[in-house]
Amino acid sequence: MTDATHSSLLKQDARTVKRNRAEARFKAYGLVAIGIGVLMLMVLLTTIISRGTGAFQQTYLTLDVTLDAAKLDKKGNRNIDDIKKVSTFGYKPLLVNAFETLIATSDITSDLKPKAMSDILSKGAEAQMRDVVLADPTLIGQTVTFDFLASGRVDGYLKGRVTRDSIANDKNINAEQLDLVDQLHAAGALEKKFNLAFITGADSSDARPEAAGFGVSMVGSLAMMLVVLALALPIGVAASIYLEEFAPKNWITDIIEVNISNLAAVPSIVFGILGLAVFINYMHLPNSAPLVGGLVLTLMTLPTIIISTRASLKSVPPSIRDAALGVGASKMQSVFHHVLPLAAPGILTGTIIGLAQALGETAPLLLIGMVGFIATNGPDSIGEGLLSPNSAMPAQIYEWAKRADPAFYERAWGGIIILLVFLITMNFVAVMLRRRFERRW
Amino acid sequence: MPFSFLQNPMTLTLIVLAVAIAGYVLARGRAMTRAGGDARRLHSLPNYYGMTAAMFAAIPALGVLVIWLLAQPMVIQNSILPLLPADITESGGTVSLALSDVNRVAEGLDTAVSQGVLDAQAIDALRDDPSSLRSTLAGVGVALGSEVEPYVLAAAERMRALENRWGLIRAAVVIALALAGLALAVRAADPKFRARNVVERGVLALLMIAASLAILTTVGIVLSMLFETLNFFSQHPWQDFFFGDSWAPNFRGNSELSILPLLWGTLYISIIALLVAVPVGLFAAIYLSEYAGPKLRATAKPLLEILAGIPTIVYGLFALLTVGPFLVDVFGAGGVLSMEGLRDGDPLMAGATAVITAGLVMGIMLIPFVSSLSDDIINAVPQSLRDGSYGLGATPSETIRNVVLPAALPGIVGAILLAASRAIGETMIVVLGAGAIARFSGNPFEAMTTITTRIVSQLTGDTDFASPETLVAFALGLTLFVLTLGLNVVALYIVRKYREQYE
Repeated sequence: MTDATHSSLLKQDARTVKRNRAEARFKAYGLVAIGIGVLMLMVLLTTIISRGTGAFQQTYLTLDVTLDAAKLDKKGNRNIDDIKKVSTFGYKPLLVNAFETLIATSDITSDLKPKAMSDILSKGAEAQMRDVVLADPTLIGQTVTFDFLASGRVDGYLKGRVTRDSIANDKNINAEQLDLVDQLHAAGALEKKFNLAFITGADSSDARPEAAGFGVSMVGSLAMMLVVLALALPIGVAASIYLEEFAPKNWITDIIEVNISNLAAVPSIVFGILGLAVFINYMHLPNSAPLVGGLVLTLMTLPTIIISTRASLKSVPPSIRDAALGVGASKMQSVFHHVLPLAAPGILTGTIIGLAQALGETAPLLLIGMVGFIATNGPDSIGEGLLSPNSAMPAQIYEWAKRADPAFYERAWGGIIILLVFLITMNFVAVMLRRRFERRW
Repeated sequence: MPFSFLQNPMTLTLIVLAVAIAGYVLARGRAMTRAGGDARRLHSLPNYYGMTAAMFAAIPALGVLVIWLLAQPMVIQNSILPLLPADITESGGTVSLALSDVNRVAEGLDTAVSQGVLDAQAIDALRDDPSSLRSTLAGVGVALGSEVEPYVLAAAERMRALENRWGLIRAAVVIALALAGLALAVRAADPKFRARNVVERGVLALLMIAASLAILTTVGIVLSMLFETLNFFSQHPWQDFFFGDSWAPNFRGNSELSILPLLWGTLYISIIALLVAVPVGLFAAIYLSEYAGPKLRATAKPLLEILAGIPTIVYGLFALLTVGPFLVDVFGAGGVLSMEGLRDGDPLMAGATAVITAGLVMGIMLIPFVSSLSDDIINAVPQSLRDGSYGLGATPSETIRNVVLPAALPGIVGAILLAASRAIGETMIVVLGAGAIARFSGNPFEAMTTITTRIVSQLTGDTDFASPETLVAFALGLTLFVLTLGLNVVALYIVRKYREQYE
């Protein structure tokens, strides 16, 4: 206590100040780290929502088209086979006429030729008319009001993605067409509407981003998830029961256990190579089929399901097993009649989380050919849904991301929103199940 | 042909299942009759007798069916090989090409026959000059890549004949097995028969098979890549693959296929990712486990874990469309940090896809991975160590730095290794964010390519499974598998060892 005169209990000495500062700094690092993590999450979610919501709206032009009998049914006998002979190309003049009428009857002015005006519509407009006519040939000769998709550029213009500056070198649209678009928009003919076709429809070709939909790939993902559920759940539960309840402690069991924990960490693309080599090249299962995708994802999901199932089997107390054995049940009966039902909520939770992981997996699907393929219609039956080529949600998003067109990028972000809605719902259900049924022994 | 519907594995499975159900009813009924209708006289519950019969009928039959389906293509292939000309069978590549041709023609003939376009005589007539076959098959929707050679047609015909014959034999064997199993079990259904023990032994066997599927998957992964890798090394020198210095695939042949530039890109991106993820993840874990109150912990931990649940394709798109363009704004032409002055007007970053783009985004993805693993490990350090340190007058941060972290270090190293293995095997972020140019460069603002990116690009699109340019993907895949497996084994060993230390 030599320099007791200088120090006071209330005043910190230099060393304490330094140590306290170091303490505060260290704490701040931790807070900053958490802050960075949460900030990144916020940035990611904001990006997804701000870029993706546009995909749920689409620009439509309401237009009255006179279905000219002279063009569509030259023989005039309304024979469906003759009408079918008129290709989509034959419907183009009707569209041009419709624009001429529009200009003549309204106060919209434009120097464009009617043909150039019709270019503000999607390239699928003629096919749309043809489908309507073929479905109901009695419409020929009448004037019908159609809701046509506007082209991707016009849609982008109304959404602010395409500006007058950005189209300088764009041969798909020019400033005069945008003038027309402005007038049509002011007149209320051209409007953004809720885009149901994006949620239910199929992918489209490169030239028609406005018509691309996500629905068919959702069906593909659904088919894959059915395969995963049907295979991974029973096999995973059986494997866990063996390892947790019956396996003797020996080197074989050890190898299996090490194997499972390693499989859980094998890169997903390696499973894709396995699927390509075994299921497609060796077993000749169809390329791009959700069945193959489902099999590959099953192998990937199995370790996840096994690990969580074992944890929930382990959490059932031994007294349950002892009680069952005590009243004369066999070991097998005690497991299947008592332990398994008690572990079921935990198993279900783990399965849902495993399925959610599988749903977002992309890399293996690229290798088994679930990209670059445009399914025009949804499948008609379960068998076809499993075997006919299809895409899947994440593969479809990748496909759009690759097309290097801002209109498709918007679709990709929109697809991500749908995918995340599925994932969040699944995880939410899993958490709810856990909360509702979790038992503390 | 009669009975040809039996060749369909699906129909066969349904028949076997029907036999199994019949067996269940018969055996249960017989056991009950034998016991005079009193279940108490039976050794096991009546259902077990039924289940024995169902098991005996279904399991051996279905097992044989599955093995048969797996083995048949191999056997048939071996028996049509002699029909191919010698110059084709000499090299492995052309054989698989010719076999896939044969397969396609055989499938096409099946389709044509089933649609009634061709019949057996018409095919016979084509034997010497099958040139018209291509257009005929195109008419039924089977497109062929080239004209049909006579030997391909002959092989295809033989393949169809063999498939037909073996299909019928398979059906006969499977159905006979099912019926035999049924007969055996129904005969044995007697009150003294210990049906429950038999069923339980069978169920245990099924459980064991399910558990060993994990091993089967690993074996499948290794074998599927090993064969094609050996095939690749028979066409391309392995020295060039492992020690060459250039990656330049050329589908006209004479490619330079070396893994080193790809490995460099992979490691570079992984290192950047770890430089982001390890400090952030580790500090977050320390704060959450040592400082945070229950409230902050209950909000921040799930929020961070959301990052781990987001699919990698989302991160890929985020890299390509958000982070990449943002970095170009900063480091690219006209950007604040482009250093154009120092580099003769050459901006630091030319395009959105670059090592730094992929690395940063992958780092974000790995933050929750590192933080939740380290969190577990830090929590496993016994409280007594902390209390001892506090008792000596250390501040919390000194305790963490000098006591908790050294104690947790092996576990944390294990966690970092696991994160590294994730980074090396990650595909979607690098496919979309890293670019496609293979090179050795230290500049993180340049595009580089990785092992996983090349696997995707060599195996998608039009692939020819005979050329080294496609087969190299399998060699890359095997290398990747071995690399990540090594990291995982070491990491899991360290983590497990560490856990035991404090238990």
